[in-house]
Amino acid sequence: MSAALKQKKVGLTGNSAVAYAMMQIDPDVVPAYPITPSTTIIEEFSSYHADGKVTGELITVESEHSAMSASVGAAAAGARVMTATSAQGLALMWEVLYIASGMRLPIIMPIVNRALSAPINIHCDHSDSMGARDSGWIQLYAETVQEAYDNTIMAVRIAEESDVLLPIMSCQDGFITSHAIECLELIEDKDVKDFVGEYVPKDTLLDVDNPVTMGAMALPEFYMEFKRDQSNAMTRAKDAVSKISAEFAETFGREYGLFESYKLDDADVAIVVLSSAAGTTKVAIDKLRAEGKKVGLLRPRLYRPWPHAEIAEALKNVKVVCVLDRADSMNDFGGPLFGDVRSALFDLDTAPKVFGRIFGLGGRDYKVVDAEGVIGELYKVLETGKIEQLNRYITI
Amino acid sequence: MAEGAAVKKKQKVNVPFDYDKYLRKGKLPHIWCPGCGHGIVLKSLLRAIDKVGLDKSSICMASGIGCSSRTPGYVDFNTLHSLHGRAIAFATGVKLAKPEMNILVTIGDGDALAIGGNHFIHACRRNIDMTVIIYSNAIYGMTGGQVSPTTPEGAMSTTSPHGNMEPAFDACAVAEASGASFVARSTAYHMQELEKVLTAAIEHKGMSVVEVLDSCPVYYGRQNKYKSASHMMEEIEKKGTVSGAQAKNLSEEEIGDRFVRGILKQDKDGVEYCDAYDNLIAKVQVKK
Repeated sequence: MSAALKQKKVGLTGNSAVAYAMMQIDPDVVPAYPITPSTTIIEEFSSYHADGKVTGELITVESEHSAMSASVGAAAAGARVMTATSAQGLALMWEVLYIASGMRLPIIMPIVNRALSAPINIHCDHSDSMGARDSGWIQLYAETVQEAYDNTIMAVRIAEESDVLLPIMSCQDGFITSHAIECLELIEDKDVKDFVGEYVPKDTLLDVDNPVTMGAMALPEFYMEFKRDQSNAMTRAKDAVSKISAEFAETFGREYGLFESYKLDDADVAIVVLSSAAGTTKVAIDKLRAEGKKVGLLRPRLYRPWPHAEIAEALKNVKVVCVLDRADSMNDFGGPLFGDVRSALFDLDTAPKVFGRIFGLGGRDYKVVDAEGVIGELYKVLETGKIEQLNRYITI
Repeated sequence: MAEGAAVKKKQKVNVPFDYDKYLRKGKLPHIWCPGCGHGIVLKSLLRAIDKVGLDKSSICMASGIGCSSRTPGYVDFNTLHSLHGRAIAFATGVKLAKPEMNILVTIGDGDALAIGGNHFIHACRRNIDMTVIIYSNAIYGMTGGQVSPTTPEGAMSTTSPHGNMEPAFDACAVAEASGASFVARSTAYHMQELEKVLTAAIEHKGMSVVEVLDSCPVYYGRQNKYKSASHMMEEIEKKGTVSGAQAKNLSEEEIGDRFVRGILKQDKDGVEYCDAYDNLIAKVQVKK
């Protein structure tokens, strides 16, 4: 870590921090529609806009479907575009998410994770962005306010990397992170601008010298080639995340990888979990480590593309793994993260035993004692060599 | 009214009115802020339902998302709390499956005219038998006071801190132009008139749209320098409107930007959608 540039320490909510990052990035166009709990990101951004602190355009459209459609239009015209949403808002964007990724438009979208209806619930779980995991968007998940802020800034560079050009979701947990005030370091405006740089679009609809068509029909002769190119770009996005995270660490002093390993080197058992629940889990791990139990944690930061080989390497010496999912795939086979982790470990010579637990749906509390319960289950499997229940709900 | 619905018309509403028989008392107190007019709209609606004499189990009340959309949670009818913007589409499904039911939709201005605008105009066009009550407070109240399609031009909101640069929709004009056969406007201030208008709307067969001008003192009021909820009612609902009878004697210039209240359109001859459907089936089956 080199000497980092000057930064100021402040206390902000996750949403305020992301709104601040958006102000510093100063995107060309922001189309938005309010939805809890992401609303205050745009609300605060609209204040920056009204106060003349940003130069881009803000349009308060009539639905999220319109927000993402306007984002696609603006990005196709060559603008750097951001918007933000949650839950039903993301679900309403669904149709257009695929247009954004298929047209290779690097739209940057902070997501504040919230449960999907029905029943109606405004609290945190990951069912919204997990549903969009196959939409061709890169997905980053943040544990803290600091990381949500940093990821927003890095997301711009990752999406716009010339051999990637894919849209990106930068996720944080609704209310738990978005509405909780944490201490974080804010980068100077000028340094953020230098880091994200000027966006130079590769092909735009408004380049009259080199006119292009976007989204034109591609029938069976060509459609697969388009999709293979998109898939290859997603593969390259992993390296872009590593490269840009390294550059960020070099410039600002905070290090982020594809995932975070916590006390994993000598661990017999480990928990894999996304976002804010990792913090709670670490407290339980520290407590049990003090009792001599070799427990570790792996927190994926990049979820799409899925860094499967790196994760398999990190977990290869662990004997039992529990994957905690804050969303259920409703498929009789656990949550999405469970399926991805288990599949990543399949080719190891001595793969760990893996089971899944669903937690925290609709904002249900996940406490240190719940993490301890999971670790107890991990040890039971370690001792008996048997998984009695492959998947089930906890704290119910 | 759809055929087959149990309608026992009452002459007048008992005073004091027993609201409890229509409420899920366990769900109270409601979530609406002090000074919000939504409670007045609900009470007027319950009195209107009582006046028409609807059987509780013949009613389906559907809503989307927002402050007004919490209404179905408090009433002892068949209720459907759906998605933001989709209440009218869900209600259309209910009506087609059970044409004998009395459909009420409680909806906000953002819900009806922005995110759900498409469903709104097409339900009007079809003239399907339901009563859509727009609680129109010119703001997205539930998410914190963002600009909506009925926010007047120049008005402040959380997302228009220098004043709204977009022109507003006239909900009743949209409904009329789209083909709704019953269109009316009232306010939370004129609660007796509101009760009468809602009664007529429920009794009307076809698409009935009632826009109720209502105040959000917490977000709209604060940001637009209204001193209190009553000040808002006075300025927006009382001084900002004229009754249909008054309007008859006034020129357009004299009416100015005030909204006209009362029944603005009632077309009893228009064919209702479920009837049109039955007619088509009968016609096609005869040919066969």
